[in-house]
Amino acid sequence: METTLRRQRAPIVQAIRVDKISGATRLVQAIRIVLAVVYAVLSLIPVLWIGMTAFKSRPDATAVPPKVIFKPTLEGFVSLLTDRAILNEARRQELLARADELPWYQRLMVQQGMEVTGPSQYVGRLRNSVIIAGVSTVAAVVLGLLAAYAFSRFPVPGKGDLLFFILSTRMLPPVVVTIPIFLMYRRLGLHDTHIGLILLYTVFNLSFSVWLMKGFLDEIPREYEEAALVDGYTRLQAFFKVVLPNSLSGLAATTVFCLIFAWNEYAFALMLTTDRARTAPPSITTMLGRGGIEWASIAAGSLGFLIPVVLVTFALRKYLLRGVTFGAIRQ
Amino acid sequence: MSNVELRSITKRFGVVTALDGVSFSIQHGEFFVLLGPTGAGKTTTLRVIAGLERQDEGSVLFDGQPVDHLAPADRDVAFVFQQYSLYPSMTVYENLAFPLRSPLRRVPEPVIRKRVQETAEKLHIAHLLQRRTANLSGGEMQRVAIGRALVREPRIFLMDEPLSNLDAKLREALRVELQHLQKTQQSTTLFVTHDQIEALTMADRIAVLDRGRIIQIGTPEEIYDRPATTFVAQLVGTPRINLMNATREDATLYIVGSTIHLPLPPEAAWSSLPPSFLVGVRPEDVRVHCEGQFEGEVVLTEPLGVETILHIRSGEQKLLSIVPGISGLCIGEGVRFDISKERLHFFRDDGTRIVFS
Amino acid sequence: MATIELRQVEKKFGDLHAVKPMDLTIYDGEFVVLLGPSGCGKTTTLRMIAGLETVTGGQILLNGRDVTWEHPSRRDIAFVFQLFALYPHMSVWQNIAFPLQAQGVPRQAVRERVAEVARILEIEHLLRQRPRGLSMGDQQRVALARALVRRPAAFLMDEPLGALDAELRERMRGEIKRLHIEQHATTIYVTHDQVEAMAMGDRVVVMSDAVVQQVGTPAEVYYDPANLFVARFIGSPGMNLVPCRYLGGAIEVSGSGRVPLPQGWDTALQRALGASCDVILGFRPEAAHVTSEGPLDATVYASEMEGGYAMIHLTLGGEGGPIVHIRAGRDSRYPIGTSLRIALDPGMIRFFDPRTERAIPREVGR
Repeated sequence: METTLRRQRAPIVQAIRVDKISGATRLVQAIRIVLAVVYAVLSLIPVLWIGMTAFKSRPDATAVPPKVIFKPTLEGFVSLLTDRAILNEARRQELLARADELPWYQRLMVQQGMEVTGPSQYVGRLRNSVIIAGVSTVAAVVLGLLAAYAFSRFPVPGKGDLLFFILSTRMLPPVVVTIPIFLMYRRLGLHDTHIGLILLYTVFNLSFSVWLMKGFLDEIPREYEEAALVDGYTRLQAFFKVVLPNSLSGLAATTVFCLIFAWNEYAFALMLTTDRARTAPPSITTMLGRGGIEWASIAAGSLGFLIPVVLVTFALRKYLLRGVTFGAIRQ
Repeated sequence: MSNVELRSITKRFGVVTALDGVSFSIQHGEFFVLLGPTGAGKTTTLRVIAGLERQDEGSVLFDGQPVDHLAPADRDVAFVFQQYSLYPSMTVYENLAFPLRSPLRRVPEPVIRKRVQETAEKLHIAHLLQRRTANLSGGEMQRVAIGRALVREPRIFLMDEPLSNLDAKLREALRVELQHLQKTQQSTTLFVTHDQIEALTMADRIAVLDRGRIIQIGTPEEIYDRPATTFVAQLVGTPRINLMNATREDATLYIVGSTIHLPLPPEAAWSSLPPSFLVGVRPEDVRVHCEGQFEGEVVLTEPLGVETILHIRSGEQKLLSIVPGISGLCIGEGVRFDISKERLHFFRDDGTRIVFS
Repeated sequence: MATIELRQVEKKFGDLHAVKPMDLTIYDGEFVVLLGPSGCGKTTTLRMIAGLETVTGGQILLNGRDVTWEHPSRRDIAFVFQLFALYPHMSVWQNIAFPLQAQGVPRQAVRERVAEVARILEIEHLLRQRPRGLSMGDQQRVALARALVRRPAAFLMDEPLGALDAELRERMRGEIKRLHIEQHATTIYVTHDQVEAMAMGDRVVVMSDAVVQQVGTPAEVYYDPANLFVARFIGSPGMNLVPCRYLGGAIEVSGSGRVPLPQGWDTALQRALGASCDVILGFRPEAAHVTSEGPLDATVYASEMEGGYAMIHLTLGGEGGPIVHIRAGRDSRYPIGTSLRIALDPGMIRFFDPRTERAIPREVGR
């Protein structure tokens, strides 16, 4: 009650007198720091390795012992994103003669004995990922926001039970229900459709979205809307003008979490799609090329897939921190 | 400005009855105070009048017309909340303009600007108009909150303990201003508080609320001089009234547990007094002086400056007395005192006032 | 139990000077109140003494020992918070026992001490309950019990009554003071309510804007405020402060009248003001009364009943003049606009230099 009108307090800082720290304590602290750094590096090594592999040529990628120093090339990316045709000798000479006019990726491929004929399937898959993850995230966030607002502000009958039910959908590992859903989708004609995956992702994200948004909305004092109501606004107007602007951080946090789930989802995407609506994750693993698995392309695909999510998370990191600590889930 | 009437409002939250048959009416232009401890139902009453809660029974009338079916927006009331009434992301100007911009009102921009400016000047916050509300002090925030209500010119102002979150000194200053504003605007105001000083100084009339029931309605003088129950007597008046068990023998009353005895007032039909009853004496009616009739010992002194509150023990009874200035009396010292027999209040054991006809 | 000394203690949050260097000695068994409006630095000072804030400069000594950099747990003080800070998942008994258990006190001793403290604060019947179901007053008593059970060198209380209703505050005020008297415990109490400070404090430290304005007993800060801030802040309402002109032997309130100066003030004002004749007259509401022969002319602006007495607000010398508040008997209610004359109690007037805002001391030996 008092806190709103008083100044903020600085956080509690423990008094440690630097010159009174013993040598033993210093050593322990130093060891702790070193261990932490080592652990961090070790955790990042797989990611680093994938990153490096993405820029290796095919032979380098599969070399034994693994190559740490190598000549970087964009081969992997090009093979990932383009369809190529194998060149016969005549065509090859023809293209080599025109080498200067060719775009860099053609040149690269020509050296390998191939010609770029157009974008590969992967580009389409990437597009599917963007559409499906994007739409399902928006749907989950919007529906979740509205549901959370209802739970937060109104005496919904059976509120406690409903909320528990919503949470319970997250209690089982999605993989467990893939078979039943597969059969159901087949029947409904939703197999290998965008709508099918969008619906599924939305539903799975909804439980998380409702709970997280409710926590945030609970923090926004009711008095804000009530003041607007008394002033002559309808509930809807009060919602848009007052509640929404104050719940932006919650929205951001929820969006990021939902996006991460939908973007990275693998099991359902694998089981419920074959070609038209297939997203990127299952596609990356099945890069088959000439003479075997194209590790460089797979690495390129993984790296490329990682990056958008990392960027979004980085951009919204401020909100995420608040999201983890602020909107504490409570009844 | 309207007059407002509540008829037998009852409101339950699950098994808890927050309001039980609450009835009172506020005249046009009156400053009406609803006084009661925390949890008495004061805020619920305000919310029912505003339309933010729907009552289970009873009806609310504005100018004789029931408004129970009207949404808050249509009742044209202004609400000043205890806290959280300002939108943090907007400037003071925008906060003040917000009520006027509601689609219901359709007030044109130039009019909005004029009204906001006038209201800001009345509340001495004109210099803050461009500031964000997060950068205001507590007192300034409450002024803006009051400004938001003022700018609307509604039928009635509903104020929910608007001063209770402020520092004591700020509270005093804002209290005087609020009162002055209300008197000059002649605005019908329902002001809710648990602080009896606010009630006594500001109200034209006071309604005392306890656990959802109205105990007494009257002017400040009536509430102070003729409290209807021990609850009201103890609620109003600082320091609190002395309430002591007493018995009667012939025409004299005896305070239980001490040697204090007083003649009963002549008009008291003392034969109708129950065998045991409660006597109330306000501390200002317990006069300490060297030729006092009764004896006691000082157990605590509270020097407030203008006066000192003395806690006196007489026998087993503890009494409070006020002496002017800062008293030199020490703990443990003996004192003598008198009690004004004309200023006694009598209550039955159940707390109701005994009135002598 | 404890003497606490602050030597040039100061606190800065970045560029914000929350507490300017201050010296203060709190004697064993004293009840000292840090009083001031929000943001004046009183709570920060308390927290520095507790160790909940680091010190930017200066030293804090507890019984002669330098505790400036000691961890709060090693300072032997107990802290009572405004919002009680009771552990909701523990019973009252467990809450009170917690600090002792944290110190490793043997079980039997814990039981005895908790029982003793519960008896003192009259909460024995609540020991098995959880804090949530208790009334505010009871919760505050439990918070006090938790502090008391430790028998610390000093009690630090941060506006413990702030969350309570006005009526309850009055009662708890007396209880805390009574507790203090029985326990002889050194106590530092922070509040923004000057009524609490006056009622409870042995000495009051008035602070504003990170600076100590005055340290004194209630009588000292009430009757002899050191500057305009203290004069206004202490007392409800504060002291009436009226700008006027000094004319040898008397002071003149523009448009209202002339008040002859009692002995001792004439020379004091002459000396303090020098060439200037602007001075601020201060008097408390109870120091003035309405009388037909009073030297000052006033018009009634408002009058309020406040229970056992009335407060009359008057403008001196016509509209726009300074407004003063006078305490009068219940029955003196005057309609707005009435003209009255008022007189001041010569022993109770004070003067302040408008340039420095400091009080002008009276000449000794008047």
